[in-house]
Amino acid sequence: MHVDTYERYWIMLTAVVLIVFTAAVGISGFMMGVQVPVPEALVNPNTVATDPTSRFANPGLRQLAPNRYEAYIRAGSSPWKFVPDKLEVPVGSTVTFYVTSVDVQHGFKLEGTNINVQILPGQVSKMTATFKTPGKYPFICTEYCGVGHQNMFGELTVK
Amino acid sequence: MILGAERKIASWHMLVAIVALSIGTLFGPLQALEHMGINLYPALQSVGLQSYYQGLTLHGVLNALVWTTFFITGFFTLTVTYTLKKALVYPMLSWAAFIVMVVGLVMAAIPLLLNMASVLYTLYPPMQAPWFYYLGLTLVVVGSWMSGWSLLLTWAAWRKENKGATTPFIALGSLITVVLWQICTLGIAAEILVMLLPWSLGLLPGVDAQLARTLFWFTGHPLVYFWLLPAYVSWYGMLPKQAGGKLFSEPLARLAFWLFLLLSTPLGFHHQYVDPGISEGWKYLHAILTFSVFFPSMLTAFTVTASLETAGRARGAKGLLDWILKLPWNEPSFTAQAVAMIIFAFGGIGGIINASYNVNLVIHNTAWVPGHLHLTVGTGVTLTFIGILYWLLPHLTGKALWGTGWARAQSWLWLVGMGLMSNGLHRLGLLGAPRRTMLGVATDNYGTPDWLFPRLETGIGGTILLVSFICFLVVVVKTMMNKETAKVEMPIAEALQPEGIPAWLNNWQPWLVGTVVLIVIAYGPVLVSLISQVQLVSPGFNVWK
Ligand code: HEM
Ligand SMILES: [Cu+2]
Ligand SMILES: [Cu+2]
Repeated sequence: MHVDTYERYWIMLTAVVLIVFTAAVGISGFMMGVQVPVPEALVNPNTVATDPTSRFANPGLRQLAPNRYEAYIRAGSSPWKFVPDKLEVPVGSTVTFYVTSVDVQHGFKLEGTNINVQILPGQVSKMTATFKTPGKYPFICTEYCGVGHQNMFGELTVK
Repeated sequence: MILGAERKIASWHMLVAIVALSIGTLFGPLQALEHMGINLYPALQSVGLQSYYQGLTLHGVLNALVWTTFFITGFFTLTVTYTLKKALVYPMLSWAAFIVMVVGLVMAAIPLLLNMASVLYTLYPPMQAPWFYYLGLTLVVVGSWMSGWSLLLTWAAWRKENKGATTPFIALGSLITVVLWQICTLGIAAEILVMLLPWSLGLLPGVDAQLARTLFWFTGHPLVYFWLLPAYVSWYGMLPKQAGGKLFSEPLARLAFWLFLLLSTPLGFHHQYVDPGISEGWKYLHAILTFSVFFPSMLTAFTVTASLETAGRARGAKGLLDWILKLPWNEPSFTAQAVAMIIFAFGGIGGIINASYNVNLVIHNTAWVPGHLHLTVGTGVTLTFIGILYWLLPHLTGKALWGTGWARAQSWLWLVGMGLMSNGLHRLGLLGAPRRTMLGVATDNYGTPDWLFPRLETGIGGTILLVSFICFLVVVVKTMMNKETAKVEMPIAEALQPEGIPAWLNNWQPWLVGTVVLIVIAYGPVLVSLISQVQLVSPGFNVWK
């Protein structure tokens, strides 16, 4: 099969670029701590808000250690709201978020961080971030969840 | 060869495709204006449009699913029969396929128009549409399968009559795309038939949202290659001829199609990088496979450009780049497709960003994504199909194309409008604005002042696109009414080196086996584990009333 010389070079160049990109994604993902959500827990979306044994029945922020927090958040669409939608932590805190949905699919994107996850009924999405700068960090719903979707957001304050 | 039945079948497909695109595209400018802060939706309630999201569902379904599927099945009916020089062996099967698709379309369109199914074109459960919506979509897919079977049977008959012959490139590219479609739609067929349809009929208590998403994206990503490969058939197999050149490297063109068949399906997790129910290793595997489809894309970029260079040189170009100016820019069909390619190149670059799961975290579900998809399916594919229509309409109707100036203006206006709108949406995404959102309203909730400029860009770009689209419709309508006749044939490019094609590029078996093996590796374990822990618990929700 005849392959033009320039095309041969082009193919080799493409191969090199691909290898570099694959390595870059691998290194950042597995060695530099870029996190994507992974299976955390299965829950029953119909009872997760009321079952007293579920952390989501009593959502909100809990302190685990100095500067270590966990936040349980429920997403729902009647009305379109995160519960709770106001959180406050001191500067320098590391917060692990656990978010689930009580009805349809939602999103959870925390501006100013790498947190941007899909929220599904039945699944728990877990992501961690450290807040070194004081300020207001809105978290918004990024998946269409009905006619009130554009009004679904909350705010984390770092003081 | 007259192939009258094939032409009739294709004509009906094109009619439905153009009507779908015309209605679907209407909503685009409304969305763009809303993003800019001009909300026309309250005024539209009096004509029955209940919400932004009902309009967005119609926009996505009619443009991304209906326009593309009808155009492609109609177009392939011609590409396969013309290049094999063989009439359909079962024309009735193709007609039946068309009727099944239309019945499905009507079943799905009614709930869409009545705001009973504003679930967007991804139909993510547990949002629940009425059962006949799911059944309608299924029928559209089944009809497209039947139309593919008709083509495959015709090819099988051709092979019996032409033992040992190499399938012509255009027919092969079309048939590979047909087979890709038959394989990848198994995901959505399983999602609808096993979960959504019984659930919407009340036969299942609930659905599993994670499993449904996984089955959806099994189809959802190869779907983009189903849209794109017909455009590639034209870029490789027809455009060089239209420009006055030859197909630069036919063996590599064939290789690219085989690689798309092999690699398009086992990589759907790149749409699910941030789904909670899939582990990191599998996401990384799909990231690598996604990068590997970059390979046939780069082959295409080279071969198509080189083919156009042969055209420019045949037209007397001597220098390094003046071949570009020598191309037939006065021909609307060429111009539309060349503009589509230019814009598509930017879409390809953005695609690499989407595919890298670390960078994907920044742009997932932001306005960046519609910014990207309007460069790819919204322009690379759609404007190419429009360019094809500029020769296909005269071919099918026997009427000369009306208003070449209008048609050329249409392409350039599209370039400007899409450049602005897509740039605006990409920037909004980087600033954190979500997609599928009434951004005019959301700006008051959580927007920032730096959203203002890209919001304006989006609105202005969308308005220019509307003007461009109106030009297209004027050309179509005036052509249909044209008294001037013309005899236009399908352009079929010759290969620059018509030497033998190696046997491995003309043999389905290794590629099909490889495709199935890769799918089993990339999806098997995850599907088994999702199914083994399936929770059919989510009841249906209607959140758009
Ligand atoms: C006049 C031309 C067009 C304009 C002004 C336009 C405008 C828009 C805008 C602003 C959005 C974003 C909506 C949002 O995320 O809230 C959008 C979404 C979309 N558009 Fe277009 N569009 C046009 C043509 C097309 C064409 C030709 C296609 C495809 C074949 C297309 C396919 C889509 C799809 C698939 C979406 C995503 C829908 C979803 O997220 O569910 N558009 N369009
Ligand atoms: Cu939402
Ligand atoms: Cu994709």
